[in-house]
Parts: sequence; C-alpha cells; structure tokens
Amino acid sequence: MDLAVLEALNAERASRRAVLLVTELASGRQRLVTPEQAPADPLADPMAEALRTGRSAMVEQGGERLFLSVQLPAPRLVITGAVHISQALAPMAALTGLDVVIIDPRSAFATPERFPAVDLRAQWPDEALPGLALDAFTAFAALTHDPKIDDPALEEALRRGCFYVGALGSRKTHAARLERLAARGLAGETLARIHAPIGLDIGAATPAEIAVSILAQVVGTLRQRPAARERAA
Amino acid sequence: MMNVREDDVLEAAARWSREGRGVALATVVETWGSAPRPVGSHLVIDDRGDFLGSVSGGCVEGAVVAEATEVIADGQPRLVSFGVADETAWRVGLSCGGRISVYVEKVG
Repeated sequence: MDLAVLEALNAERASRRAVLLVTELASGRQRLVTPEQAPADPLADPMAEALRTGRSAMVEQGGERLFLSVQLPAPRLVITGAVHISQALAPMAALTGLDVVIIDPRSAFATPERFPAVDLRAQWPDEALPGLALDAFTAFAALTHDPKIDDPALEEALRRGCFYVGALGSRKTHAARLERLAARGLAGETLARIHAPIGLDIGAATPAEIAVSILAQVVGTLRQRPAARERAA
Repeated sequence: MMNVREDDVLEAAARWSREGRGVALATVVETWGSAPRPVGSHLVIDDRGDFLGSVSGGCVEGAVVAEATEVIADGQPRLVSFGVADETAWRVGLSCGGRISVYVEKVG
C-alpha cells in the first residue's frame, strides 16, 4: 500500500468520514472511494452493501478478485452529566472501543480529577454539541436529571439520528420529559427511540452496575442494527 | 493500552513507515467456519518483527509475521491461507476450527 493512500485513509477516519479501499489482489493496485463516489463506481452494489453493514468483503469483477475494505467512523458515546454513573461508564465504554465525550456545564462536576483521560466539556450542550457533530455512529446518554441540560441534548441526538439515545430517570420522570420534548416539536415515533428508563433491566443497584446496563444496551443497539441482523440471517 | 482498535493499527502502520521502518500490513480478507477475527482485521509488522493488532487472536500471528518479513524484503504482496486441513496451519495452531485468508502487503 502506498503510504500516501494509507495517510489519506487515516485522514478520512480521523475526520469521522466513511471510506472504501479497493485492492486488486493479483496486482496489489489500490484505490480509495468515498461514499459520494461509490454510486458511480463499477462496484456500486457491493459498495452500498459494505457502507450499510460496515462489513468488508471479497468481490469478483471481470474474473478479478478484489478486496473491498470499508472503514466506518468509530462508534462514539456522548454523555450529558459528569455524574457518578459517568465516572464508571466512561472507562468501561473506552475499553469496548467507544470514543467518549462528557458534557456538563456544572464546573464542580466536570473536573479532570473526577474524569482523568476523558474528553470533558464544561459547557452547555448548545455550546458543545455543534462542534461534536452528532451522527449515526454516535450513541447519546442523558444522565444529569436536569432538563435544562438533558433536554436540548436529547433533541439534538434525536434530530441527528444517533444510533442510540438513552435517558436516565423513572417512568414518571420520563413521561414528563416526553411532554416537554413533544412541545419542542418532536414527533411521537421519534420520541419512541429514547431508551428510558435507561439501560438493560438487570436490577442494577450501584452506579457502576447502572453503567454496565447502559453500556450493554448501547453495544446491543450497535451490533443488532437492522442491517446487521439482515446480513446475519 | 488494553484495547487496540483497527484505526490504531492503521495509524501505527503509517507512523512506522514515516519513521523509515520497513512495514507490512496483513489483512484478513476471507474467513470460513469459526474464525477468531472478522474480515477486515489488521496486523501491522515491521522489519524487526515487532507487530500490533491481530488477524487470528494469536493462532497464526507467528506465521504471518514470518510471511511479512518476506513481503518487506521483496515488496510483492501475498495471499496466505490457514486452516485446520493444512499441515502448516495445524503446526502454527489454528486449532479453533476455522480457516482464514490473509493478504500481506508492503507499506510505503
């Protein structure tokens, strides 16, 4: 692989853009293809499949064997709330390969001492979120219990199609939240995407156990996306 | 670091190459049966035999590193297969019941 091709591939990854690499196995010839270029490519069909499922694959074209490698942006977990649960959730999520960002404008909570080695933004969501560009490869968890912080971030996460959206709070708290978000103009079917009460029901009792239940739900949603299920069937 | 991601492997491949090391990149391109690492998994190897990443969870890394040394030397990419039916593969320990094809190419 030419170093220039590898550098270009890495640059796309660093910018959270999907990219395809086609390798002719016999000759070693390679080319990078962006999602915008893929529909006009001779390999448009397998490329569309790879971009949808995130699976790299061998393909044949004109008697030639090609390896189609797809690189999708790394999954990311954005959290509002530099709270106790987040202190456990952040390192666990990092271990599973998620990039973690925590947003909390309350500077007493959002301290590097409480969150070593975490991308911590002591800002309001409306300040922090534009720069983060939430996308379909992002999971979002609202953990502050404070509507002033959680609601605008939940709205942004839903509008930008985050693959997972979860919110901490009892059923009663969540019912009130749904009313507030509906008043912001979000449709019922969009609001139904929120996992609340957040996390798998494993009877979690401590902040760390709640973190496990949230992380398991995030991973489950990531790995059991409709496209992935379809492919496995 | 406990968890090495594919992008770290690709970034390491570029960094090592920029540093002037001889570098090869191995990629799992096909799997059959219960292969331990999915298609697209990478292992990067330098000319001293240092490596990062995984193509088989440890089963055949040694053989791939040996192959990579040849690739770094002559610059020719190779497609290598490992499986339980293969005497060499058995020796290098892919006893996990799967079969994998690994593409090994020089970087730079």
